[in-house]
Amino acid sequence: MTDPDRLLSLLEAGLPGSAGRVRRWTNPGPSGQDALLVDPDAALEVALFLRDHPELQLDYCSNVTGVDWLPREVTESVTTTETVGGETKEVTKKVTRTEPGYLEAVYHLYSVALRHGPVILRLRAAGREAPAPLPSLTPVWRSAEFQEREIFDLYGISFSGHPDLRRLLLWDEFEGHPMRKDYVAPDEDGLPAIETAAAKGEANR
Amino acid sequence: MNLTRAAPWPAGTAPFADPGETELLELSLGPQHPSTHGVFRMNALLDGETVVRLQPVFGYLHRNHEQLAERMSYLASMPFTDRLDYFCSLTNNWAYALTVEKLAGLEVPERAEYLRVILAELTRLQNHTVFLGFLLGDMGAWGSVLMYGFRQRDAVLDLFEALTGSRMMCDYLRFGGCRCDLPPGWAAAARLVVDSYPGFLDEMEQLLTENEILRARTMGIGGVEAKRLVNAGVSGPLLRAAGLSHDLRKVDRYGIYDRFSFRIPLGEKGDVYDRLMIRLLEMRESLNILDSALRDLPEGPVINPQAKLRNFRPPAGEAYGRIESPKGELGFYLISDQSPQPYRYRVRPPSLINLTLLEEMCVGAKIADVMVILGSIDIVLGEVDR
Amino acid sequence: MRKLKQLPGVGLLKGMLVTGRNFFGSYRNPRRLVTVSYPEQRLLLPESSRNFPFLVYDGNDSVEGLRCVACKTCERECPSGAIRIVQARDENGRPAKHPERFEIGIDACMGCQICAEVCPFDAIKMDSDYEHAATGRTRPMVHNKLRLAKSNTYYHRIKPREAAEVDARLEMERFRKEEARRKREEAARMKKEAAAKAAAAKPEAPENS
Repeated sequence: MTDPDRLLSLLEAGLPGSAGRVRRWTNPGPSGQDALLVDPDAALEVALFLRDHPELQLDYCSNVTGVDWLPREVTESVTTTETVGGETKEVTKKVTRTEPGYLEAVYHLYSVALRHGPVILRLRAAGREAPAPLPSLTPVWRSAEFQEREIFDLYGISFSGHPDLRRLLLWDEFEGHPMRKDYVAPDEDGLPAIETAAAKGEANR
Repeated sequence: MNLTRAAPWPAGTAPFADPGETELLELSLGPQHPSTHGVFRMNALLDGETVVRLQPVFGYLHRNHEQLAERMSYLASMPFTDRLDYFCSLTNNWAYALTVEKLAGLEVPERAEYLRVILAELTRLQNHTVFLGFLLGDMGAWGSVLMYGFRQRDAVLDLFEALTGSRMMCDYLRFGGCRCDLPPGWAAAARLVVDSYPGFLDEMEQLLTENEILRARTMGIGGVEAKRLVNAGVSGPLLRAAGLSHDLRKVDRYGIYDRFSFRIPLGEKGDVYDRLMIRLLEMRESLNILDSALRDLPEGPVINPQAKLRNFRPPAGEAYGRIESPKGELGFYLISDQSPQPYRYRVRPPSLINLTLLEEMCVGAKIADVMVILGSIDIVLGEVDR
Repeated sequence: MRKLKQLPGVGLLKGMLVTGRNFFGSYRNPRRLVTVSYPEQRLLLPESSRNFPFLVYDGNDSVEGLRCVACKTCERECPSGAIRIVQARDENGRPAKHPERFEIGIDACMGCQICAEVCPFDAIKMDSDYEHAATGRTRPMVHNKLRLAKSNTYYHRIKPREAAEVDARLEMERFRKEEARRKREEAARMKKEAAAKAAAAKPEAPENS
């Protein structure tokens, strides 16, 4: 697997000024698959660079998917110095704040030519509200075409620059984005299948 | 060269007559059509019999598999992965188990690795066997080849049933190993099936490779150059038929594939004929792998004792795992937040992504060839629509 | 492979030879004669064959002998939500260790055998009976406790190897439990004796020590 630090230095050399716009995202789990957190404005440029750089040649975009991160409450202790009655002392308080949620598109890149990978790109949309724009990487890897359409369909991220952005799996009149974490289907009763079957059976008897 | 969006045809050499002269016909193929392998639909624009445009329409078998999986435990999704590509439930199981093992850092005992290889190669054999039958069915040879294929496949399914209890919905692999050990006599029965396969393949080759009608129908149809296929994420036999040596069993060497010697058959032009032949040759290589795997199968436990069946919570993190399924690169992407359910569960379906270039393969071909091209991609709608 | 060096039509004839061999072979060659005329003929199912779950009972009473203790593990783990369990209550209203109702909707059940796998008491096992035609779509598809209960003898008949393993395991567990109980009783008796001895040795022990 390609080391993200090496990638970052290559990026900095090839695309000056990218240091602030591409950051490393560390995977806490044992799989060791770290990612690059790419600023959406720089995504197209970075993607083209990764695809065409002779040392990387990430010509194969294996997987594109969306992730919905809900807003979450974070409790952290904050230490401040306060002056109470002329006496300065350190006060530690527990502060709860809400981190805003966002939608994310994740790209898994491999190189067929050089046989390495995965290099993972994460693009974060500003929030979870309806258009949630991100740049499309279909002009770089055509394999993203259907997968970005699927994300548009199920998560509601709209990819600018996509040649044919329509719903993929659901019909055009469908309302809502079912893969979002807070989606509730209109006919969902929350019961296991057997309860529904039994209830119907009682009614039909 | 622009790889991503090709002009369907060079300027001035449009394969169809001037739209002013003839009227174009819009034809909707499917979703109820025996040659779409399920409930797949294509909207084709025809000039006479020549395809001018072709748009696939998905979703008739969509059940939001991913959302279902995000609402249940890791283990409970295992039987649902059987139903993605229902011809190859065991490779689906393997891809999912492999990813969960990456996510949780679980080791797999050696015997279980061997069993996985044996079952995956048997799956590849039976998938390619019926593939031949279905492809020939798409060309109008409905019956003979498919029935011969089914007859041979039944022998493999008998093995699956004897081991896993079910012929198609096997649900056999578990995180960190396999569910149960082989029943007595299974390895000998598997050996018999493996030994009977070359005879079947000889017969198939005699039946198919020199058949003039088949060659006329398949040669020079649907070919796309390898670079474009890579850019479109096409994987598996389609990519190898175009002459590119890319097989995850060699590239990633997941499991214990580095212990087996096998070759990767390659095509020349990537047309339907090459795709057909690649599958025939791949079956021979699978037989080689099976031969040595059955010979070397070690004794030992089949599941890692640290693997938990109930209340399984992998550490927080994410993992992407992929294997070479009979249809191409099957990947799973999982994010864990330490709860019993995956926070994100994503299937990278080879059947869907291999269809990305369907339009390019079909434009300029005759409408009767569309079915053959679609058949040669080898899709299963359970996986396309999920 | 791509170029043919033979007269046109030879390839076709070779193929016809194969179909001919299959056609005539299907009358006498057992390898090519594979059709089974169900339901008159039936194939023998392998031992591990599975369809829907059933509940195992020991002895002759299908109510008293049920191994199920209504712990609801299978209900929680069932991927398709096909199991419903209502725990019984004894005369004092306390939860009892057997199910009042145990229902499986076989229209929702997909036979994945996760219930059999997670059951800590070996109470639910997979049946190989596959003929479940019914005359309705809802109620007849829900099998109740009476219909699901099948004897251990039946289990031994359909899956001899597995059932013998389960029996041996259960026997071992019973033995261990018995052993542990005996040890506990022994220890309690010893303690009692020791306490009695101590009490006999020091009859004037202070009360509030």
